[in-house]
Amino acid sequence: MAAKNYRHALFCAIVTLIISFPILGFNLEAKGISVTLTGAETSTVIAVVLAAVAVFVFQAYRDSFTGLLGKLPRLNPLAGREPMEQAKKAKLESWILTGIVVLALFWPFVVSRGSVDLATLVLIYIMLALGLNVVVGLAGLLDLGYVAFYAVGAYTFALLSQYTGISFWMALPIGALLAALFGLMLGFPVLRLRGDYLAIVTLGFGEIIRILLNNWTTLTGGPNGIGGIPEPTLFGMEFGRRVKEEGNTSFHETFGIAYSGEHKVIFLYLIALVLAVITALIIRRFMRMPVGRAWEALREDEIAARSLGLSRTAVKLSAFTIGAFFAGFAGTVFASKQGFISPESFVFLESAIILAIVVLGGMGSQLGVILAAIAVTILPELAREFSEYRMLIFGAAMVLMMIWRPQGLLPMRRIHIKLNRQE
Amino acid sequence: MLEVQNLSMRFGGLLAVDGVSLDIQEREIVSIIGPNGAGKTTVFNCMSGFYKPSGGKIIFEGKEVQGKPDYKISRLGMVRTFQHVRLFTQMSVVENLLVAQHRHLNTNMLAGLFGTPDYKRREQKALDRAAYWLERVGLLDLANRDAGNLAYGQQRRLEIARCMVTEPKLLMLDEPAAGLNPAETKELNQLIVSLKEDYNVSVVLIEHDMSLVMDISDRINVINQGCPLASGTPEEIRQNDDVIKAYLGEA
Ligand SMILES: Nc1ncnc2c1ncn2[C@@H]1O[C@H](COP(=O)(O)OP(=O)(O)OP(=O)(O)O)[C@@H](O)[C@H]1O
Ligand SMILES: [Mg+2]
Repeated sequence: MAAKNYRHALFCAIVTLIISFPILGFNLEAKGISVTLTGAETSTVIAVVLAAVAVFVFQAYRDSFTGLLGKLPRLNPLAGREPMEQAKKAKLESWILTGIVVLALFWPFVVSRGSVDLATLVLIYIMLALGLNVVVGLAGLLDLGYVAFYAVGAYTFALLSQYTGISFWMALPIGALLAALFGLMLGFPVLRLRGDYLAIVTLGFGEIIRILLNNWTTLTGGPNGIGGIPEPTLFGMEFGRRVKEEGNTSFHETFGIAYSGEHKVIFLYLIALVLAVITALIIRRFMRMPVGRAWEALREDEIAARSLGLSRTAVKLSAFTIGAFFAGFAGTVFASKQGFISPESFVFLESAIILAIVVLGGMGSQLGVILAAIAVTILPELAREFSEYRMLIFGAAMVLMMIWRPQGLLPMRRIHIKLNRQE
Repeated sequence: MLEVQNLSMRFGGLLAVDGVSLDIQEREIVSIIGPNGAGKTTVFNCMSGFYKPSGGKIIFEGKEVQGKPDYKISRLGMVRTFQHVRLFTQMSVVENLLVAQHRHLNTNMLAGLFGTPDYKRREQKALDRAAYWLERVGLLDLANRDAGNLAYGQQRRLEIARCMVTEPKLLMLDEPAAGLNPAETKELNQLIVSLKEDYNVSVVLIEHDMSLVMDISDRINVINQGCPLASGTPEEIRQNDDVIKAYLGEA
């Protein structure tokens, strides 16, 4: 046992060396036109060796380490308490959700413009994560290309505004519906696929959309993106200093207040908030409807679901379509918020982050997903000094999370259903 | 109501089912017995549309259904349970029954979102039907438990209840007594008989528990290595020499 452990640990240490030494241990120096290879500073080399030693020690005594980790949760002061009653828990959750919304309503009026901007981004991620939660958390379909639908929503608005001068409010349903259509289109070829295979195909789909946007320069402007996307208006009132569109009035003139750039930011935030709340409510409702139960049944046991007359086609397609619909929603808001979009905003990393939010929050759990979206978007901003290590911290957090709470922050709970005894 | 003619199913080189015929009338309990690996479950899989049979016909209420997809066959009123219980384990007990009733519900998404009267009425009816069957199989008090947390015998009963809420005409049970204790088997015996007598369902039963089979079957079909060996009333089967040699004798 011990010998095997050491051999494994040695192997891991060597792998660490092989991976890190060529990257960190050498420097390329430009001398005139030629490039020469020089060794890195001694401190770097020592650090690499130390890292290898650390890996060796961890792997060799892995069992004791994980044993220690296993003991940690007992430090949790709440661990020993009686589990709360189902109905009480559900009520608490609704209270917390309502509390978050009320807080969110007043938030923009007390904080700085930058915070409101960030909060808008959080709300966009909440919409995305709630939508992906339908596909991954409820229907159990691992979708790694979700960002494609986000892109469809954003580009729909950008392109329509560029070519037809459409307003935000018109673009919102069109973007969402078009994204839903793309969801349907992706759904067909992957009907028979599950698990890993599905993940790979959806990953490919996400990349196809991004590459298409990048290369179809005549339509999308390619990597240069599209700018000049209009901001939302409030009943024909614009939030800019000067009215851009014929027939519109400006917000600050109508109300006779001084112009302030903050109005626009706050207004956009409030729109995002309303849309996020609508998204949450609709999906919450879906979860208690036949369609939501069918998604979960398909996730739990496809064969049993079919044996009860559920059509796999209809159930899977509805999950993909509805998930994509809300991504389109989020995409339109995003385009309006940025005023400029390019394919760079829709890379695979975005899909991964949204998926991470769903997994961290607890698959299927709305409150969990919302809290995780807040955490994942805000923490990197708070830890600006560590921005270089952002992905590293993120990755480490994921690993630790999966060890401690593989079911996510707040795992999904069943809805309590009251039955009346029949005669 | 159901006629299986000359059914055969081939997996590569293995002829798992070879020329099996069955005939099930209304309100009848017909059993399929045979040694392990005889092909009983495979017959079920063909009947319920999980496999496309290699040959033969399956006629349900005058219509040929062989090769139809499973979910369509189920919608015709032929539903089954599984040899290894297949519940939606992370969903609650009552949700398991609601999933099964989706055809009785208003599945229009807008109707559901706005909670139209028709949607609410049908949802309530489905809840009542679920409550009725849970009471019937003694699980009403556990309605909001996760299905996966039930004891084994309870899971088996829930699986039967889940079939019954779909209001089937024909129920196919694959070894429902496997893993049950004698008391539970006795309850199951009464339940199956009551399904036939009180709810007018026909039952096809695969079972290794001979006392249960002999007790409740109207007719029994024996298959051995995929081929039909004998068929008849329990009395006839008990006295059939081939059967005794192939099956009962060795048990
Ligand atoms: N999908 C499949 N692919 C290949 N062979 C299969 C398949 N399904 C069943 N078989 C084979 O068909 C034969 C009959 O299997 P079946 O499961 O129908 O037996 P059974 O009568 O239900 O047995 P038991 O009493 O053990 O449940 C077995 O030899 C089995 O290995
Ligand atoms: Mg079997």
